[in-house]
Amino acid sequence: MKANCWYGKKKVEVVEVAEPRILNRHDAIVRITATAICGSDLHLYDGVVPTMERGDILGHEFMGEVVEVGPEVKKTKVGDRVVVAFPISCGHCFSCQHEAFSHCENSNPNAWIAEKMLGHSPAGIFGYSHMTGGFAGGQAQYARVPFADVGALKVPDGLRDEQVLFLSDIFPTGYMAAENCNIRPGDTVAVWGCGPVGQFAIRSAKLLGAEQVVAIDRVPARLKMAKQGGAEPVNFEDSDVYDALLDLTAGRGPDSCIDAVGMEAHAPMMIGWYDRLKQLLMLESDRPFALRQAILACRNGGIVSVPGVYTGWIDKFPAGAMMNKALTIKTGQTHAQRYMRPLLERVQKGQIDPSFVITHRLRLDEAPKGYELFSRQDGCIKVVMDPWK
Amino acid sequence: MATETIELKPERRREPALESAGPAVQRRQPPTPPRQRNREPRTVRPQIAGPLSDAGLGWFSIGLGAAGLLFPRAISRWLVRRDHRRLLRAVGARELASGIGLLSGRQTAAWLWSRVAGDAMDLLLLGAASQSRRASAGRIAATTAVVAAAAAVDVMSAVQEEAGRRVHVRQSITTNVSPEAAYDFWRDLANIPRFMRHIRSVTPTGPRHSHWVATGVAGIRIEWDAELTEEQPNRLIAWRTLPGARIRSSGRVEFERAPDDRGAVVRVEMEYEPPLGSLGVTAARLLGREPAQQLHEDLRRLKQLLETGEIITTQGQPAGRPSGASWKYDSAARDDQTVADR
Repeated sequence: MKANCWYGKKKVEVVEVAEPRILNRHDAIVRITATAICGSDLHLYDGVVPTMERGDILGHEFMGEVVEVGPEVKKTKVGDRVVVAFPISCGHCFSCQHEAFSHCENSNPNAWIAEKMLGHSPAGIFGYSHMTGGFAGGQAQYARVPFADVGALKVPDGLRDEQVLFLSDIFPTGYMAAENCNIRPGDTVAVWGCGPVGQFAIRSAKLLGAEQVVAIDRVPARLKMAKQGGAEPVNFEDSDVYDALLDLTAGRGPDSCIDAVGMEAHAPMMIGWYDRLKQLLMLESDRPFALRQAILACRNGGIVSVPGVYTGWIDKFPAGAMMNKALTIKTGQTHAQRYMRPLLERVQKGQIDPSFVITHRLRLDEAPKGYELFSRQDGCIKVVMDPWK
Repeated sequence: MATETIELKPERRREPALESAGPAVQRRQPPTPPRQRNREPRTVRPQIAGPLSDAGLGWFSIGLGAAGLLFPRAISRWLVRRDHRRLLRAVGARELASGIGLLSGRQTAAWLWSRVAGDAMDLLLLGAASQSRRASAGRIAATTAVVAAAAAVDVMSAVQEEAGRRVHVRQSITTNVSPEAAYDFWRDLANIPRFMRHIRSVTPTGPRHSHWVATGVAGIRIEWDAELTEEQPNRLIAWRTLPGARIRSSGRVEFERAPDDRGAVVRVEMEYEPPLGSLGVTAARLLGREPAQQLHEDLRRLKQLLETGEIITTQGQPAGRPSGASWKYDSAARDDQTVADR
């Protein structure tokens, strides 16, 4: 089959590989009908996530038809049309039973690597480095889905692939980021980063009743899409973000701040170069500009919600602001399985059509082009690929 | 959670040849500390007097070192009729350091190995010196013989020091099943090879006895017989190897109800004398078999079996390279496959 594989920094290639087979009794094999490139895949593309190996099959946002199931798969049936959650979760451990699916204690065979780096291991994740299990991903024609009864959600026929594909990751991720803000009537929510997760965070914050949502980015197309979603756009290259936010909230600061940027933040001038230099010299692994700014701008007693991906260490963390302002920091890989069904219902009710975020439709063969476009950010917000064209 | 200690055995088997050759002398030995169940790691240093003791080697080193530092020119002239003062002083300083290290009584094995390394260096220097035309062949040969003898003593002492060590590991894990279920699973000895990576088979040979086959470092097959020493249903299982087994080890596993009934806490404690002592452990570590980590992985597999009934793997999946699982990172998944294959 065809699969998009990682071969190094800025180097992905669609190659012919073996078809996946059932390896564990709770596995299913899915014939993929739609697959996407996630913003977090760009961290892999840029070579800043450790424990990648040449030949790893990428992709953790995919859906398709079940073509084979293992002997212990009970709910999922051959022929089901399913969308697959990006974390691999067993459904039996303490974390899974408390719906903390991205902390599944049994799905990461390489938990020891993550424990060395993070203290504790997250769940296994499709196509996202060996630290999270080294599982083959879904930018391919077929994928093996471990614990299919927990991770694969059956979708009704009435909805197109493009309307349900993002239940795999970015919609639940944006939604959980907004839910973590504990939004009350009258709240202002500021969102750093208007990539796909930022876009869903903006719309989710609106769905959850935010009075005002502020969208911070520098790419005009992204700010435009954010504005269409009901946000107030702030271009951080044109204006000072802190001043703009205080202006928009009459001095209070946003009630909650969402960092939908993560470890590769772009920052103006000196600070940007400072972090880039430190990252280059391996003095810090992540560039936390958006996180610093979110902590400094958030109102006293507010919430900072972090869906953006960090993998290592940062420098100049504003601990003084965090402590003196009594901030609450909420974060985590998304417990996707917790949100898929309720969000599917919102899609069915017509409250949101997630396909709004798609700007590029490509063939799987064009994956290298897709990564390049997405990475340049130039009018490219979300790439969806068809593995069979 | 993870602990592992390597400690010295209280008693050390050492029969100094010179002493046993002489008239039977009542050797004063310190009382052997009782073998306690080690909750805390501890190190016991035996005090043995005699020409081959560590202290003896320490004083020997200091003597040599002092000679090298005080009379570098004389020694150098005696050997090669040349003044290699600086070299001799360096050698002397090294000897002095080894001697002080040995007398400190800490990290004895390391200091003994430092002496072995020093001997090797001296032999090389003597080899080089013998090429010199000015050297006295007789004196070089005599010195080489003395150094070689010292090297032999050093190697023997270091190896004995290593062999007296035992490994103590302790690990625990919380599983989302009842203590009863965890106990029953462990008590069925046939289940043990399913989660203990290096155990190939366990065969009950009686109500309290069993025969174990394991894979050691570099795939070497090791077998032994073990007996249950204590058993409390749903609470505790303790075992040890029978006398005469090639491996001496003992261990216990305890099962407790986690607070607020959050499943079962499984605590395992094991102690064993690895073949070749800490050299064996070091070799195992280099091959990725660090004892505490290995037990941790074993318990993780136990948890997976108890909670999901299987061990998740990536061995056999597709990738854009010859092997689906990564040789560099996916060692755990590769070993799981060998578990599944059995």
